[in-house]
Amino acid sequence: MGDVRSMLTTYRHLVGAKIRSDWQYRTSFVRYLLSQTVVTALDLAVILVLSEVVPSLGGWNLSQVAVLYGLTTLSFGLGDLFVSQVETVATHIQLGTFDRFLLRPLPTIVQLPASEFALRRVGRSIPAIITLVVALSMAEIDWTVDRLALVPMTVVAGTIIFGAVWVVTASISFWAVGAREVANSFTYGGGFAHQHPLHVYSRWVRTLLGWILPMAFIAYVPAVHLLEAPNPLGIPSWLALTPPLVAIAAVVVARTVWRAGIRNHQSTGT
Amino acid sequence: MASTDQPAIVADHLEKTFAVRHRAGRLRRHRIEVRAVDGVSFRVDPGEMVGYLGPNGAGKSTTIKMLTGILTPSGGSLATLGLDPTRHRTELAQRIGVVFGQRTQLWWDLPLADSFELLHHVYRTDRRRHEENLGSFVELLDMSSFMLTPVRQLSLGQRMRGELTAALLHDPALVVLDEPTIGLDIVSKLAVREFLVNLNRERGTTVLLTTHDLDDVEHLCQRMMIIDHGRVIHDGGVAEFKSTYGTHRTVVVDLVDAAPPLDVLGTMVTRVDGPRQRLRFDRSTTTAAQVIAGIVEEAAISDLSIEDLVRQVYDAGG
Ligand SMILES: Nc1ncnc2c1ncn2[C@@H]1O[C@H](COP(=O)(O)OP(=O)(O)OP(=O)(O)O)[C@@H](O)[C@H]1O
Ligand SMILES: [Mg+2]
Repeated sequence: MGDVRSMLTTYRHLVGAKIRSDWQYRTSFVRYLLSQTVVTALDLAVILVLSEVVPSLGGWNLSQVAVLYGLTTLSFGLGDLFVSQVETVATHIQLGTFDRFLLRPLPTIVQLPASEFALRRVGRSIPAIITLVVALSMAEIDWTVDRLALVPMTVVAGTIIFGAVWVVTASISFWAVGAREVANSFTYGGGFAHQHPLHVYSRWVRTLLGWILPMAFIAYVPAVHLLEAPNPLGIPSWLALTPPLVAIAAVVVARTVWRAGIRNHQSTGT
Repeated sequence: MASTDQPAIVADHLEKTFAVRHRAGRLRRHRIEVRAVDGVSFRVDPGEMVGYLGPNGAGKSTTIKMLTGILTPSGGSLATLGLDPTRHRTELAQRIGVVFGQRTQLWWDLPLADSFELLHHVYRTDRRRHEENLGSFVELLDMSSFMLTPVRQLSLGQRMRGELTAALLHDPALVVLDEPTIGLDIVSKLAVREFLVNLNRERGTTVLLTTHDLDDVEHLCQRMMIIDHGRVIHDGGVAEFKSTYGTHRTVVVDLVDAAPPLDVLGTMVTRVDGPRQRLRFDRSTTTAAQVIAGIVEEAAISDLSIEDLVRQVYDAGG
């Protein structure tokens, strides 16, 4: 416990150092923050327009879709804020600067996101929070204690699952430096697909994204239970509780892959 | 755990092979293996100061990266401070200090002082001990004038003093330095050397360093290991090295002006660079005094250098 606390303290200091460094380039900081907020807000607008045109997307009404959207985007945004910086490992390996992290008495998986923390990425989460809160209040949810607990649980588990996917895809760099673009399209692509009800997709896409990739658990399965929404796939409600379990499994996998990557780390000449 | 007698480093038939892909033709790719470290064995005891030498590409940095846990060895066994560096990397990091002269450990955009403060948190050092160490390093390395300067604005010499401090604030039992004096002017170089000697003497810190500056080794180390093509080709005392390989010595003569090669009995001019000439002689038949007597009227003589001796060993080993 004391160990985790002191690690959090160190994390906080590293993040603070990065924010102070970034602040020296503050115009680009503000520009990025604004553009991220606008982009995410536009995403939302697209969903709204779509839902106007197609009044019920796979049998879900607007506020239900918005809940799904909010849950997913918030998880994605938080993962983006706290974990996505692991993708900088590719650049660090290429420049030889990754070695520095390996020389410090702290797991690289904690150091890297902390040292590359980008406050401007908050821009993704702000509209997501607003959407989620508004949508939840409009969705006529029958609030019980377990449904109430489901919301933060889903967001936290979702953040962890997205984070784990990021770690796994970033790990590719240990074997093939320069593969960053591949990793990127994978995570960002996954994030977008999950903002729509799963069953409107064709069968194979559903199999791929829904069951092969554990990301389905981030929002769809809990949302079915939370909203008592149409459930043509017949997902049992107890499955709504699986996100934390999936998150734990995802962490185990991510940790294993990352460690294998570090063992395969080739460093650079000099 | 009593670790006073435990060796600082034990390497046993250590190996590292890199797979390098080469383009051969339009589509074909060759995979060739580079044996960067090829069966290196040695042991470093606590309190030793060892120079690790070798020509470019010999495998020095690769060895150091394995010792510190950055690279996983391809073969052999390795214990640094009694720990397997691959399996106990973070634990080991707490107990060793590492400087890569070509790289920085510091936070580029922040004042130097901020890096030290951050390292206090990263290594979770005792606050009072941290202040004590920092105070003494700032004084010894004369850093007070640039503590508030952002690292990216520091001169190389200033930055290197910062790097040394950063590697030592957590009282490591072993420091590993890869080219700590690279690119430094004479003043900074002397400051770094004096500091390392002092560290080794006062705190008993074990030091392993690589350098291409043989003066560093002469001033700092009792022992030197020479590696070439991934193999150790010499391991022994610096003084002993000079007498073993030193059957021939070179006298460097700086004349006032360029001149034809000097003709001194028992010597041979091996190189002429403008006014500088190198005269080689066999120690067993001619004494330095005799050579000097032969040229003393016309020239000034610089110090005996071991650089040429090392070149002889490279030639023999390669
Ligand atoms: N990451 C790497 N990938 C492929 N080959 C490498 C890598 N690092 C080192 N090598 C090769 O391994 C050999 C040893 O390199 P190393 O950096 O250990 O030499 P060194 O003794 O430190 O040389 P220098 O004095 O130039 O610093 C060289 O042939 C080098 O090209
Ligand atoms: Mg090197």
